[in-house]
Amino acid sequence: MLPLSNRSRVVSDKKMTFLERIYLPAVLTGMGITFGHLFRKKTTIRYPEVRREFSEVYRGQHVLKRDDEGRERCTACGLCAIACPAEAIIMVAAERLPGKEHLYREEKYAAVYEINMLRCIFCGLCEEACPKEAIFLTKRMVASEYEREPFIYGKEILLEPLDPALRIDVSKRQTPEVLHFKLDKTQKHNL
Amino acid sequence: MIFIVIYKTILASVILIMSLLVAMYSTLIERKVAGWFQDRLGPDRAGPWGIFQPLADGIKLFFKEEFMPNTADKFLYILGPSLTMFIACLTSAVIPWGPDLVIGGKTYPLQVADINIGILYIFAIVSIGVYGIMIGGWASNNKYSLLGAVRASSQMISYELAMSLSIISIVMMTGSLSMRDIVAQQQGFNWNIFYQPLGFLIFLICAFAETNRSPFDLPECETELIGGYHTEYSSMKLGFYLFSEYINMFISGAVMATLFLGGYHFPFIDRLGLSSNAMAVAGFLVFFAKITFFGFVFMWVRWTLPRFRYDQLMRLGWKTLIPLAILNIIVTGVVILLK
Repeated sequence: MLPLSNRSRVVSDKKMTFLERIYLPAVLTGMGITFGHLFRKKTTIRYPEVRREFSEVYRGQHVLKRDDEGRERCTACGLCAIACPAEAIIMVAAERLPGKEHLYREEKYAAVYEINMLRCIFCGLCEEACPKEAIFLTKRMVASEYEREPFIYGKEILLEPLDPALRIDVSKRQTPEVLHFKLDKTQKHNL
Repeated sequence: MIFIVIYKTILASVILIMSLLVAMYSTLIERKVAGWFQDRLGPDRAGPWGIFQPLADGIKLFFKEEFMPNTADKFLYILGPSLTMFIACLTSAVIPWGPDLVIGGKTYPLQVADINIGILYIFAIVSIGVYGIMIGGWASNNKYSLLGAVRASSQMISYELAMSLSIISIVMMTGSLSMRDIVAQQQGFNWNIFYQPLGFLIFLICAFAETNRSPFDLPECETELIGGYHTEYSSMKLGFYLFSEYINMFISGAVMATLFLGGYHFPFIDRLGLSSNAMAVAGFLVFFAKITFFGFVFMWVRWTLPRFRYDQLMRLGWKTLIPLAILNIIVTGVVILLK
């Protein structure tokens, strides 16, 4: 059998030598090792003051994107809800009324769009399933709450602001490789 | 006469408050050191660097529910932690904390009681300490507590033997049981540890067992006995048990520094050209630094070594340490005879 690492030791119950029996060399070695740890870089951080650096493609809180003219991209097709393995997404579709063309890009839009952040596992399958480039995961963290109710995020939280200055940049998750993958017809959800 | 009584009372109170404060902050330092050893930062939320953490812990303990098991023996149940705390505070009386202070032509020794059987007094008090744990464990009327108490008593009795035997060689060298004389003989760098390295090692190991610290913390032993003798204790009664452990650590550090590391002496003390009072302060600070070093060693060992198995503990105590201590006495005796 191949060893998993080169650090494995063969265990035996042979008689201990004198040095092993008096424990002290082993004790001192151990104390040397722990003493070395005193000066190591700490793995914990002072959280609220110091924050860890996130990857640019971190999968955190979702955003519902608008297009360049500020219209909602989501057409409430429901593919994200179907793709979701945790069944965290629900939506109610509605028809765009005349005069609302500046708000919604297509004739159908999501009147209600809710993600239950307690159910969500942040896998990003919704993002892959979306044919309209409407939903993305961002590197924002989902805030903690005292109750369960506030974890159901509606459109008012998910939708990105209209103001172009406040738009949420998802270009790091829209690389050519990602777009190429989305066109790959061998993937079931791209059919 | 009344003057001496007042002075001694003040000194005793100061030492008591000091050991309580040190014990209080040892809990924080222990947690900090534990964090550093495990590559963590340790508690730092309560105040800057977490310096209010002991206060927070104390307040928490005070406000916890005062729970007493139905079947417990009420009197003994309360006597247990009280006795432990009382005994822990008693030992500091014979430790010389520094050279004499001279104020207005009068000398003020920084030692509460210079009794001529100082070491004997310490051992007498320490061996009463086991009663606190035993009574507490027995009175709880709980199997875990009882097992912890039985373990504690047999462990402490076995290790006390080796501990006292290792001290005999020091006493043979010094020719006195008084702590003051023992310190006085270790002037400068003439520390006992250089003459009695084996005795020091035995004493150190036994000190770990006496204070119930890891790797000899079998009486508490979370993994097997929940909390051992203090399983049924809550609130400040539990606090007393935990607190007395830290006081014991502090005092045993002080005893080790006194007996083996020259107490308040440090090399080249005469060449600094200090006045006698400044020397007293410097001596006290050096002594305190030595105690702090021992406190750190206690924590260092705790976060390095796993707990001994009970038979290993007993074998180490009876079959290794006691014969070694007796050998040490014989060798010391032969050397003294030949000189």
